[in-house]
Amino acid sequence: MTARILFLAQLIFTLLVCAFLLLPVILSMLAGLTVNYVAGLSSGLTLHWVNEVWSGYRSTIFLSLALAICCLIVTLLLGVPLAYVLARSQGRVARAIEELIVMPVAIPGLATALALIVTYGGLHGFRTSPAFILVGHVLFTLPFMVRSVVAVLSVVDLPMLEEGAASLGAGFGRRFVDVVLPNCRHGILAGALMVITLSMGEFNMTWLLHTPLTKTLPVGLADAYASLRLEIGSAYTVIFFIMIMPLLLAIQMLARPRIRTFNAGAKND
Amino acid sequence: MIEHEATYDNDIGSAPVAIDLRHCAKTFANGALALEPTDLSIAAGETIVFLGPSGCGKTTTLRLIAGLEQPDRGGSVLFDGVDVTALPIERRHIGMVFQSYALFPNMTVAENIGYGLRIRRVPAPQRRTRIGEMLEMMRIGQLADRRIDQLSGGQRQRVALARALAVRPRAFLLDEPLTALDAKLRDTLRVEIDALLRSLQITTVYVTHDQDEAMALGDRIVVMDHGRIAQIGRPQEIYRRPATPFVADFIGTMNHLAGRMDNGRFICPAGSLTCPGLGNGTREIMFRPEHAELAAVDKAGSLSGTVTAAFFLGDRMRLFIDVGASRPVILDSREQRDFRHGERVSLNIDTEAILAF
Repeated sequence: MTARILFLAQLIFTLLVCAFLLLPVILSMLAGLTVNYVAGLSSGLTLHWVNEVWSGYRSTIFLSLALAICCLIVTLLLGVPLAYVLARSQGRVARAIEELIVMPVAIPGLATALALIVTYGGLHGFRTSPAFILVGHVLFTLPFMVRSVVAVLSVVDLPMLEEGAASLGAGFGRRFVDVVLPNCRHGILAGALMVITLSMGEFNMTWLLHTPLTKTLPVGLADAYASLRLEIGSAYTVIFFIMIMPLLLAIQMLARPRIRTFNAGAKND
Repeated sequence: MIEHEATYDNDIGSAPVAIDLRHCAKTFANGALALEPTDLSIAAGETIVFLGPSGCGKTTTLRLIAGLEQPDRGGSVLFDGVDVTALPIERRHIGMVFQSYALFPNMTVAENIGYGLRIRRVPAPQRRTRIGEMLEMMRIGQLADRRIDQLSGGQRQRVALARALAVRPRAFLLDEPLTALDAKLRDTLRVEIDALLRSLQITTVYVTHDQDEAMALGDRIVVMDHGRIAQIGRPQEIYRRPATPFVADFIGTMNHLAGRMDNGRFICPAGSLTCPGLGNGTREIMFRPEHAELAAVDKAGSLSGTVTAAFFLGDRMRLFIDVGASRPVILDSREQRDFRHGERVSLNIDTEAILAF
């Protein structure tokens, strides 16, 4: 009996916490779909605000998506090999690099952005291109990729697996592709999710780095909230949500292990 | 890489290779000398076992042969007379079984076994045939599509053996392959590996710290101690005529008695033995349990002592007898009776079989 009461109490508590967390999201999204937020839902539902955002701010959405994908590509190309090297080397230098790489996360984004502007702001073509924002995003997200891959690599006995592959004739390139990468897939996936979401939502740094022609979604959102009706900002949130969910799901799908069977394959030969 | 593919295409089974170590020493980065300069010749098709306690240099020697470690300057590794010292492991065309198997968790059993063939660009149909052969040879056909984490220890061991042998290696290297298994499984697999090696006639280097494994599998045993070869020989030679006290002690059970020589007699606290063959400076004699037996109490020329422990071993009793030495004498008695703690007994020792260094 007491166990049942305890269970019910826990259930209610959990549901309350969930409601507390989800309610603002739901209300905000509803706000973007109501005719008049102040009048409430009774004023009716509409896609007017969403359309307005889509026509006015479409470019910011695509820029954010493009930035997130470029950022993912760069962090994969830089972060995975770096994580491999860090995981394989035991030295103090490797540990120091591992700590140093987290610095851009600890330092306020505004400070990093200012440092970038002070240093590279003079390069006009670079300053006004989205690549300038990309640099900031890579700095900020790289540690998340490196850390999650290092964490996975330190669990699998990588040197042993590599020796096993080498004993079967695999040179470094083959070992890396056949054994190292597949065995840190979960780390890469976790890192990729972090990188995409962080880059899509990054505001601090981007707010300073952007120009009127290189506005990202969160910067546009801030503009909308600051200068337009609340419904516009909320409609923006709706679109953001619709954009990022399929992206995250797609990455999850990519990470699912492929299944090939020995006997099924035999029939194809 | 290229020449391997070429050799593989028309091979029905690579000929076993003779392996020579010339002046191979290994110093680790921290300055520790893992292996003193060592010369060793392994005949083609021979099974040689490196035996020794941990840290004796046996695994280091195996890794030098494999190409996972480089010998210090001046050392060289030869396969059939060809210097392969500079070749990394992936170019030596060997098969290796690791202590923890090193199976790839991202591949199925069949993919693991076929990996070496895939690297050698063996066409898929031949690859499939060979994988099938290996699965059958190791009797794990039903496991082909399993993932590695779905296998038991013994099954993993079989997959590791199959994977290493699938490429028809020139030499087969095994690093403590049974250590991770429980005793019963170890015995079963030891018999299987023995049968496998006999049928394959492949040059095999097997590293173990288990003397039973070494005795059962080795054509020759290399006993190693502190980075040096203590003795090389057939199992019987090593057992019967150990070259050093270390080998005598490490292989089998050995009794020690301290004492001194006097006129062809060895005198110790428990009595004296006529040992005309021993030098006058002998301070300690050794003998194995099977070379001692219980005698009538106080019979002349025997040693006397008291029973401190008796263990029933089925067909015999293992007795621990205090003879006033630092360690009790161990002997096996066929007498099917209970021995009392503190019981006085006499023992005869086959003086022909006594060892002294």
